[in-house]
Order: sequence, then structure tokens, then C-alpha cells
Amino acid sequence: MENAGTAPRILTAREAGLVGCTECGRVHRPGVARCSRCGSRLKSRDSASLQRVWAWLFAGLVVYVPANLYPMLRTTLLGKTTESTIFGGVVDLIHHGSYGVAAIVFIASIIIPVSKFIAIGYLALSVQRRVQMSAHRRHLLYEAVEFIGRWSMIDVFVVAILSSLVQLDFAASINPGIAAVSFALSVAFTMISALSFDSRLIWDADVGVNENE
Amino acid sequence: MSVESPADALDPSKLIACPACDALYTDRDVATGETARCRRCHAVLEAPRRTAMTRIIMLALAALILMVAAIFFPFLELEAAGRIQTASLLDTVQAFSSGLTAPLTFAMAALIVILPVIRFLALIYVLGPMAFGHKPARHAEFFFRLADLLRPWAMAEVFIVGVAVALVKVAGLAHIFIGPAFWAFVALVIVTVLKDNFMSRLTLWKTLERRRAS
Repeated sequence: MENAGTAPRILTAREAGLVGCTECGRVHRPGVARCSRCGSRLKSRDSASLQRVWAWLFAGLVVYVPANLYPMLRTTLLGKTTESTIFGGVVDLIHHGSYGVAAIVFIASIIIPVSKFIAIGYLALSVQRRVQMSAHRRHLLYEAVEFIGRWSMIDVFVVAILSSLVQLDFAASINPGIAAVSFALSVAFTMISALSFDSRLIWDADVGVNENE
Repeated sequence: MSVESPADALDPSKLIACPACDALYTDRDVATGETARCRRCHAVLEAPRRTAMTRIIMLALAALILMVAAIFFPFLELEAAGRIQTASLLDTVQAFSSGLTAPLTFAMAALIVILPVIRFLALIYVLGPMAFGHKPARHAEFFFRLADLLRPWAMAEVFIVGVAVALVKVAGLAHIFIGPAFWAFVALVIVTVLKDNFMSRLTLWKTLERRRAS
């Protein structure tokens, strides 16, 4: 494997005075508006990208609060209705002894969203050079954020399946709570936030690559 | 590669830029079966495979058929206190259809059924004519871009994990029977993953451009 310290310096399209298409890889001279191969809009670097990242991130953060405070599930057992929040659901599962599933729900609905907020914010700050971070860790973090985001949707699906399946009138019925909506929105907003990231900025932020800007 | 006044020295049509990190490479043809990766970020640049187009179309068609089966056959059955409750995929989608959670019905339908179906149809539309040696269909570029754009939002595999979690939650409450639609959906997820692994975006774009010009 090549060693990062001795690897030859790689020329980017931007440094060569050209613009690369992020969709299909076609290279164009500057000033071309749309890619001739795939028709995507061309931008050497998406300068508004970080603003969009921050905006969607805060939107996701705001709707994540009611997602945790309001009930996710309304369970009616023999006429008695109990409401449970995301965290309450995890606690119930632990009481029932389903540790594995409790872990899945806890990771998907609490750990992943929270760490995603932190990770996206940290990435954006590090690209803006507000915080120090090694290039290698920044790349790993970005890949993790991109891959993991959609898996937070698990809990919303669980609520949907339970509410369609458990409809036994008096004996037992499960209905979705309002938190399901805000949680789904929170996942969607943070996904848009991560997708808004111009990944080339992350590579530009590596030491010594954009010192002449 | 000369670095002085590179914009004049380099012919953009003979170059390729890594879509993930913007590293510049000379665009050489990658042999079938080989995989070209970016030296800096290790993203796959090109991975031409033999009969890749035909395989993608077949897998997309298979996925469409499985989706029809998954929608209309019973998905899960629950038996408790002598009563049987059947839920199809449509019921699951409509779980949020009452009260304040109603907008979520559309989102669920989109994430589980509509967006995956749009992706399959778009891929068939783009690759179908090319696999039979015809010119690409009209607006093929737009539909291929669409298929790529929708990729993170088609969440069939996330849904399957959700089903597993839901089953464990209900297991103590009642007997659960898994319907044929569930297996159709599992097969659908596997087929989708296979198909996406066959797809090399840059290779397909280059093929599309070449066929369009010829």
C-alpha cells in the first residue's frame, strides 16, 4: 500500500484550472454551465454548500427535540392506554429482556442521530478551519456519516409496522404518536444536510492543498 | 502532466476528475473486469463488467416483479385471542393515515415503494435501448441522473431491519406468521443490492455519451 506521507501530490481539476463534474467525472473548462456528458450543473466548488449543511443540520436538531419529548407509540392493552417515547420504548424492551433489539433501537434512534449531529457539525467546522482534525479522520468521519444516516429511519418503520399489525380492537392496539413525524423529519433533514456537503471541500481542507487560495 | 498554465495544455475531454475528491486523471479505457479506483480517496472510478447492462436490466425487472408481489400478498399475519390480523405492505404504508401523522403516509409510501419503483423504471428506460444496441432513449441523461439522486432515499433494506425489530417486539404478545410478501420483499432487497453493485456510474455515463454520439 502506498504511504500517505510519501505519496505523490495529486493534482485536482480545480488546481489545473478546470472543473470536474461530480456526477459523471467529465472535465470541463471553467465557465461551462452544464456538463456536456450528463447535464448536471457544474461548480468548481459549491461555496453555498456549507450554508446549506448548517441550515439543514439546525432544522434536524430542532425537530429532534419534540421527537424525544412526545410519545412515539400509543399502546392500548385491555382498554388501558400507555404512551411511550423513544427512550421509554428502549427501557420497555430491556424490561422484557430483549437486549439485542433494545440495543438496535437505542443505537438507531438515539446514538446515530446524536452522533450524526455532532459529526456533521464537526466536519463543517473542520472544513471552515475552526477546529483541527487530521485529514485521515475527516475522511473516515465523512464516509461514516454518509453511510449511516438512512438507518435511523428504522424506528419510524417499526412504529408503522406495529400500528398496522396490532389492531385487535379492545384486546390490544398500537397507534403511532406525533413523535414519529418529527423523528422522520429529523432523519430526513440530517440526510439532506449530509448530502449537501460538497465532498471535495473535505479533501481540499487537507494540509497544503489549498494554501494558495 | 505539466503544471504550468495547465488549462491551456490539458484537453479536458481526455481527462477525468474523481467525483468524490476532484483528483485529476488521464481518461484511459479500463479493461473489462478491472476496477479503477481513485488514488487519493479510493472511490471506485470505473468498473466495466461484461454484459453489465443486461444484468442490471434483468435485476431491475426482477425487482419490479418482486415489488408487485410484495405489495399485494399478505406481508405479516398476527394471531391473538383467536383473531387473525393480516397486514399487507399497503396497510403498513397507511398506518399513519389518521390524525396528525397523516403526512407520514406519503413519506412511507415514497420511501418503501414509490422511490424504489421509480429507480427501477428509470434504469430500465435508460439501459434498455442501449442493451439492445439502439441509441439511448430521449432524456435518458435526465432519468439516469434521477436514478442516482434517489438512491439514498430508497430505503427498502432499512425497512427490512425495521420489520425484524417489530417482530421481536410483538413476539411476546401474539403468534406471528410471515407471509409470502415478506419473502418477496427480502428477495427484492437482495436483488437491489446486487444491482447497485453492478452499476459503475462513470462507466455507464461514458457508454451513454459514446452511444449518443454514434
